[in-house]
Amino acid sequence: MLIKKRSDIRASDITDEALYLRRREFMRVAGGAALLAAAPPWLQACSAGAVDDTGAGAAAPAGQSPLSNYTPRVVATDEKLNTFDEITSYNNFYEFGLGKGDPQRYAGRMTTSPWTVKIDGHCNNPADYLLEDLIRPHQLEERIYRLRCVEAWSMVIPWIGIPLNEVIKRAEPTGKASFVAFETLQRPSEMPGLRQRSLNWPYVEGLRMDEAMHPLTILSVGLYGKTLMNQNGAPIRLVVPWKYGFKSIKSIVRISFVDRQPRTAWSEATPREYGFYSNVNPNVDHPRWSQARERRLPSLFARHTTQMFNGYGEEVASMYAGMDLKKYY
Amino acid sequence: MIRFARPVLFLAALLPLAWLVFAVLTGRASANPAEDILLTTGIWSLRFLLASLAITPVRRITGWHRLIQYRRMLGLFAFFYAVLHVLSYIAFDRFFVLGEIWADVVKRPFITAGMTAFVLMIPLAVTSTRGWIQRLGRRWQLLHRLVYVSAVAGVLHFVWKVKVVIGEPVFYAVILAVLLGFRVVWRLRRSGAR
Ligand code: HEM
Repeated sequence: MLIKKRSDIRASDITDEALYLRRREFMRVAGGAALLAAAPPWLQACSAGAVDDTGAGAAAPAGQSPLSNYTPRVVATDEKLNTFDEITSYNNFYEFGLGKGDPQRYAGRMTTSPWTVKIDGHCNNPADYLLEDLIRPHQLEERIYRLRCVEAWSMVIPWIGIPLNEVIKRAEPTGKASFVAFETLQRPSEMPGLRQRSLNWPYVEGLRMDEAMHPLTILSVGLYGKTLMNQNGAPIRLVVPWKYGFKSIKSIVRISFVDRQPRTAWSEATPREYGFYSNVNPNVDHPRWSQARERRLPSLFARHTTQMFNGYGEEVASMYAGMDLKKYY
Repeated sequence: MIRFARPVLFLAALLPLAWLVFAVLTGRASANPAEDILLTTGIWSLRFLLASLAITPVRRITGWHRLIQYRRMLGLFAFFYAVLHVLSYIAFDRFFVLGEIWADVVKRPFITAGMTAFVLMIPLAVTSTRGWIQRLGRRWQLLHRLVYVSAVAGVLHFVWKVKVVIGEPVFYAVILAVLLGFRVVWRLRRSGAR
């Protein structure tokens, strides 16, 4: 895949994905697998309760469908994966409550089908897309990424999704689009956490256009070979592996091309603690704790050294060349 | 019944710890058991601290004077859970790196407050024996007023720790305010009566 240079997108910092995939030793392109999957029938393949062949240990719980036609390990790591159970039982999703177990407990009642994503703002093809229509034209890929939470814990998660830049290119942003804003579903009848004024709902996030176009940035629709559980942000969520987890907004209903840095939920709630960029950075502490190390769950000890840009510096650092990352935290 | 009250209370006070150990060993804890341990020991330390502070007002209001026998045990359990809490912070969060711990204490108000609450508990726990009570005489009373400072620091630690919804720590702050309020009112009345 080649990202075409267009005047309306600052492409100067974007790595050619083909080149980039070849470059890193920890990334393995599964040869030929992409050819097998000419038309990813990603939702047609539904059959509830299918046998789990991922080693995750459990058959797909009700409401989850297996995803078959994805290219495995497009980006991968040698690190040990977290289990399906860990990934789906320990979540921050304040729409369902503040406790880490609340999303698993309460997210089940969220209706995710049908699901529409509104794409609007400065682009030539604004539309309300049904989820299927948004995903189907693209090849699903498995991306095994580290997830570093701002709370100093981390996991390794085998996401399945599509590069966000493919969706962006279809929308054809205009020259005015310099940021992309995202919005989470806000549905009080299904989200008990909305009653708490913990954040200014709906949850909103944003990326600079070059960050959104970066080949590592994906829209995820599944993990461990199955569609996402609600607590992980079903049916579609962002994953930006070099930023703290809260940037990877869940259950997206709107993607907007905007000309100004959009407001983001956490930097609005406590601007001193959470900035717009929120790149993983061991040298910039959170006011209440150090970010130098992290606890790779479920380990007891926080002995894992946190890496700059969560270890994706080689791919992304150039986007921030010359920026004072202490100021733009 | 009263005869069994002490051992029953003692065992009951160990239940939070027993539950933690059981949950962690049997995989019933969350995917982040270190956090479960840290938060559970912290909240129970604060609860026992407030319970020990509630003894005097409850005695005076209900006239149930025997309650005094349980005050020391409650205070020592507050210390016990605080020790576990601080140890789990040192081991799990800071991985025994002393420089980091010191940096936390001087840089982060919520840790400074927690440390204050903890350090003030130490002399109180040490002097809680009959021998020390007799040796210190009236000064013992004076010394043990430090518990008020420790409790205020403990609640502040909780309030400052929280991210966006401060309902729970405020709940504890209100309880502490009521418990301290009794003492202030009594003191004012006493000096007014003179
Ligand atoms: C050196 C002393 C202490 C240190 C370093 C310390 C550290 C911590 C840390 C790191 C947390 C977790 C913060 C988080 O996960 O966001 C915490 C939470 C807490 N600590 Fe401490 N602490 C100390 C002393 C105390 C003492 C003496 C008390 C009780 C009087 C206490 C009560 C609490 C409470 C109630 C919580 C929150 C529990 C919850 O959220 O459910 N801490 N403390």
